[in-house]
Amino acid sequence: MNQNTIQKIGFGFLSFSVIATISFLFIIIFFIAARGIRVISWEFLTAGPRDGMTAGGVAPAIVGTFYLTLGAIIFALPLGIACAIYLCEYSPKGAVVNIIRLSINNLAGVPSVVFGLFGLAVFVKFFNFGASILSGSLSLGILVLPLIISATQEALLAIPHSIREASMALGATKWQTIKKIVLPAAVPGILTGTILSIGRVAGETAPILFTAAAFYLKGYPKSVFSEVMALPYHIYALMTEGVYPEKQTAIAYGCSFILLVLVLLVSGLAIFIRQRQRSYYHG
Amino acid sequence: MSLFRLKEKIIQGVFTVLAFSSLLFLVGIIFVLFKEGLPIFKDVKISDFLFGRFWYPTYEPPEFGVLPLIVGSFYVSLGAMFVCVPLGIGSALYINEMASYKQKAILKPLIEILASVPSIIYGFFAMAILAPFLQKTFNIPIGLCTLNASIILGVMATPTVCSLAEDALSYVPRSFREASFAVGATRWQTLIKVVIPAAGSGISTAVILGMSRAIGETMTVLMAAGGAAIIPTSIFDPVRPMTAAIAAEMGEAPVGGDHYHALFAIALALFLITFFFNILAEIISRRFRIKLGLSG
Repeated sequence: MNQNTIQKIGFGFLSFSVIATISFLFIIIFFIAARGIRVISWEFLTAGPRDGMTAGGVAPAIVGTFYLTLGAIIFALPLGIACAIYLCEYSPKGAVVNIIRLSINNLAGVPSVVFGLFGLAVFVKFFNFGASILSGSLSLGILVLPLIISATQEALLAIPHSIREASMALGATKWQTIKKIVLPAAVPGILTGTILSIGRVAGETAPILFTAAAFYLKGYPKSVFSEVMALPYHIYALMTEGVYPEKQTAIAYGCSFILLVLVLLVSGLAIFIRQRQRSYYHG
Repeated sequence: MSLFRLKEKIIQGVFTVLAFSSLLFLVGIIFVLFKEGLPIFKDVKISDFLFGRFWYPTYEPPEFGVLPLIVGSFYVSLGAMFVCVPLGIGSALYINEMASYKQKAILKPLIEILASVPSIIYGFFAMAILAPFLQKTFNIPIGLCTLNASIILGVMATPTVCSLAEDALSYVPRSFREASFAVGATRWQTLIKVVIPAAGSGISTAVILGMSRAIGETMTVLMAAGGAAIIPTSIFDPVRPMTAAIAAEMGEAPVGGDHYHALFAIALALFLITFFFNILAEIISRRFRIKLGLSG
């Protein structure tokens, strides 16, 4: 075989891989949208479930997912930003920083169900928060912490050193420089990281299995110590519990469609913002 | 002046303390897994636990052999590798070597979006659409099986492998390629003999992290793999990977009982496996950067 033919076959395989990968995305979206959209109605979005989970809506699950996500971000965002500021602006180089970096990397690689077990042992049992919004949010917050840290770090590192030096040269202290010069410039980057984290947290299921989620609750949660329904858990429960699999599957399609649209909108937005920023920095 | 400096010191102190939170959580996770997992070994020998072939945690007397679960995890993840390694690396090569600027601007975000699809959606897709399809196509009694889980896990891990491999490829200096073209190599020869070997350890990091992601994935395998705690003999057998066992059983296991501790011990094993993969990837990627003369 001559080199040209080999090259053609090789490049043909590469084209096939990328087409296959992208088509998975569209196949998943297509099937879920095609069957999910039929179920969506005003009632589905605004009412609670009725008739043994076979009719009605999923509003409590949507609200629950909103609370859990909000709680996780409130917990993880300040902590993550502070951690990134320390690593990028303050950290004396050396062993300590390496240990923190290593632990962030490893925290990012911990299986999601392990966060659920940690939440169960620490928040639900040890602190006695019970299965609640608080326990679930904290478990999700720890899961998403590495994501926020690395996004913030990337944003901070993208700011030229000369800007910091100019500020210090004018007599500003380190903290004044960070507060007035570095952070404002890093806001767009931190924002995209945050939006991506929202998408991630909203879809996570394993960490809330034993720390927050319930299949059916009457009404909406009253405090941070209430159990909640959540969209991703609701999909799982509809597919694996209950006594009317066919009717439940239809509702699960609807839930999946809502979750997919939410997550794709949120991450699409973040990716779009970042794409524009990158072209801004790199011309 | 001194008040100023004091304030600066305090602020730095606060950041230092907060920065240790990630370390604290990692240590906390390890501590909890050991504390809640180890008690099972008072009642069950480690060798019986790891190599026992029967997982009947609710029988009387119960059996806590996690071998079927470990085998299930590896079986499903290895199957996923057959999907995500060729597709992920193939896509990365396409994006890095063949795509025009415009194609890149479309493909990279699309792959990122594929990565952001929640695992529960993949699980649902596998259960509601892929499994019935496989059942019909291969004429098997049940679609929820190793093959089903492997395919969907592979699809899930593809964007991870692709982005990491693409990063590694982008670090290969232009001069390597130019030198290869200069001696008359075709683009394909350059790719196979120069670019891939140069990015080799970076690509293997991508594969290792893809594997780690597949082993740790929970909801997808919980829904797609069928859930039978048996050692599979064919790709059409259902399996119960470690993550699935934890997720499915922890809700019913009485707190502080043997079953509860056994599930924590499984999580500990799972954590150690993924920890090992992550450290391995870290070491390889550090070497890779040094080899290409990049800063650590």
